Amino acid sequence: MPLSSLQIDVPPYRLSGTVIAALLNDPAQLDALGKAAHEPPYKAPPKGPVLAVRPRHTLAADGDDLVVPDGEEALTVGASLGVVVGRTVCRADDAAAMGCVAGYVMAAEVAVPLASHYRPAVRFIARDGYCPLGTRVVPAEALPQPESLAVRIEVDGTPVLTGTTGGRLRGIARLIADVSDFMTLRPGDVLLLGAGHGAPRVRAGQTVTLHIDGVGRLHHRVVAESVAGSAGASGVPA
Amino acid sequence: MKTARVAHAGALHTAVPHVDGVQLADGRVLPEDAVVWLPPFEVGTVIALGLNYADHVKELSKELTVTTKDEPLVFFKSASSLIGHRGQTRRPAGVAFMHYECELAVVIGRTARKVERTQAMAHVAGYTVCNDYAVRDHLENWYRPNLRVKNRDGGTVLGPWLVDAADVPDPHALTLRTSVNGRVTQQGNTADLINDIPALIEYLSGFMTLQAGDVILTGTPDGVVNVDVGDEVITEIVGIGRLVNTIVGDEPFGR
Repeated sequence: MPLSSLQIDVPPYRLSGTVIAALLNDPAQLDALGKAAHEPPYKAPPKGPVLAVRPRHTLAADGDDLVVPDGEEALTVGASLGVVVGRTVCRADDAAAMGCVAGYVMAAEVAVPLASHYRPAVRFIARDGYCPLGTRVVPAEALPQPESLAVRIEVDGTPVLTGTTGGRLRGIARLIADVSDFMTLRPGDVLLLGAGHGAPRVRAGQTVTLHIDGVGRLHHRVVAESVAGSAGASGVPA
Repeated sequence: MKTARVAHAGALHTAVPHVDGVQLADGRVLPEDAVVWLPPFEVGTVIALGLNYADHVKELSKELTVTTKDEPLVFFKSASSLIGHRGQTRRPAGVAFMHYECELAVVIGRTARKVERTQAMAHVAGYTVCNDYAVRDHLENWYRPNLRVKNRDGGTVLGPWLVDAADVPDPHALTLRTSVNGRVTQQGNTADLINDIPALIEYLSGFMTLQAGDVILTGTPDGVVNVDVGDEVITEIVGIGRLVNTIVGDEPFGR
């Protein structure tokens, strides 16, 4: 579904389509790599934020199908807090950063499992519809503690993961500060704080439901590409 | 046909080339430096290729683990990094190696999903020139090239003209040339693309829907050199355009 048809109705904000995801922002994700983070090809753990652009073709809405490409067995699906920028921000310090936040939105991070973090691997992490966003932006003033929200993921209705939006390598303010040091963020841009460690694997035929308390819920069927048909999960008009 | 988007006298305009500079759709003829040049079309997704010329792979091979036989190295940029012809790009103080990259930019004109290479060119609207700067000091080996290297404000220069595909009979026989302060530092030809335009459209549209306004930056050939504050960098593709950019320091930005 193109972003323009999502019902994001918190005036004057709108989603511009520039979505930037923080990857490997949960310390447990790097811990899981162990010594490998110090060895080739990485050579050293990341110093700056690890970021990826999520272009418009990746955006999807609640309820859209998640497509497992032919030849692949499963997808990983993580839950991320989306931070919606409401005011132009460049070179924010940590203290100023929160002042540009309009609100928060649910986001999912879908990927074909891939062991390597060396290359952008867009064929695995940025396929059509792999970045579902919630349909509601919760105003920042309604969510004073955005980094202590419970996160839950269910597969076929069974709880498989519980976590929190806190404990990230870079919290919201620091992430905004570090990103806005080299790229100006504008109203409607969205920064994804990043999914926690242990995003579950899901297979075609299953359903996955992601919750962040106070922010929202995303629910998706997982389907095989050969079943998804020519229209595709993103519903982008031909 | 060649078109540009420019700002002049308080409004945005479409402009075409004129012997005395540019001509706006309303008839006004202006010198090239009397308008502000913007990227020449409404840019959707920016798709960039790394290591797509064999000689550039060789140039960087000491620090790389790739070969020309690997899957195309694709990364996304955000349109927020774009500026137009005759713009300024900031070189941060303390950086040791910042370089230009002259690239043929392929503009998608029609939605493409799972398009085979034999049909691919029908989805191309036209071409322009890109200078895709990189600040190599900030390279890290995580989802490389990382955004701090490649997605900086003002670090992606696009223009001056969008040239209709119909006016470019063979986009795989175009001469690329970069000069710094008048000295030619980079030369190449799109004939040497490892993944040519149909191959890229087939590959990309296999996992993502390409939409009108998306642009594919096809990579740069051998010959990237460091640029300094005050340098005038001209990236040119013969028949497509001559894209001028100036390197500035931190001072105008209050840093």
